[in-house]
Amino acid sequence: MEPFRSVRGGGARAWLAAAEASLLRSLVGQIMALVEPEESAVIIDPDPMGPAGPRDAAADAELAALEAMVHGPGSESPPEDPVLARLLPDGYRDDPDSAGEFRKYTEPALRSAKYQAAQEMLDTLPDEGGRIQLTADQALSWLKALNDVRLALGVRLGVTEEFEEQWSRLKPDNPQWTAYEVYAWLGAVQESLVQAMN
Amino acid sequence: MSAAPAEVDLPRSADNPVSDKPWVTIVWNDPVNLMSYVTYVFQHVFGYPKKKATKLMLDVHHKGKAVVAAGAREAMERNVEILHGYGLWATVKQDK
Repeated sequence: MEPFRSVRGGGARAWLAAAEASLLRSLVGQIMALVEPEESAVIIDPDPMGPAGPRDAAADAELAALEAMVHGPGSESPPEDPVLARLLPDGYRDDPDSAGEFRKYTEPALRSAKYQAAQEMLDTLPDEGGRIQLTADQALSWLKALNDVRLALGVRLGVTEEFEEQWSRLKPDNPQWTAYEVYAWLGAVQESLVQAMN
Repeated sequence: MSAAPAEVDLPRSADNPVSDKPWVTIVWNDPVNLMSYVTYVFQHVFGYPKKKATKLMLDVHHKGKAVVAAGAREAMERNVEILHGYGLWATVKQDK
């Protein structure tokens, strides 16, 4: 891999080996399967008016309300799967009623948003790897989707602030060793993209 | 691109009268999110300058949490929804 670098006029570019692209596709696909809205696969066009113009908070809120209508209210209880619970966290702490109400009206749109970011990442990730060229908006989707993959893997591995020590205690023949290596690599990919976007 | 949440006067509902104390958006520490990414999200979502975004990120990192915005309940809920979209661990709370 050649890490992300910024390009003139915004956006970022990188180069990925075929195996790296294939690994990313698989991991991002797993996130999509996890967050896909439960009721139906209806994903509305995030920008039905055509090419993306400047978005503002009001338009985003309108879109969220529209998506909530499309999907109907969601569940009030947090997901049982700890990975999904981390991807779709409570909006209130120590206040189950408010947390339930918040989840009911926001979770369907949040699932949709995560699914769309992941889809946009897959759309801009060539199957066979090679050169990756992203606009600023596409880079944002990559940042979100990469972060979701790292959150999922981090929860499954039980990663703490002492990640390096956790990893160094494992022997290379430990089944989790490769997952730690992938997690560290994903962090480096994301870090290079954040720096490229700064 | 997400813009900073609009500073508009939102309608006050019965459970959020003007006399209420303001509500806050809290971001909690998380072992996965990169420090650079959290700083970037604070700059990008709230329009904060890099210095302020970095200070808030360090507060989250060292103190376990930080108040990143204050205002009407609806606006704080919208913040939390946006931050969840970025994978940050955020909650709404009435400031006391």
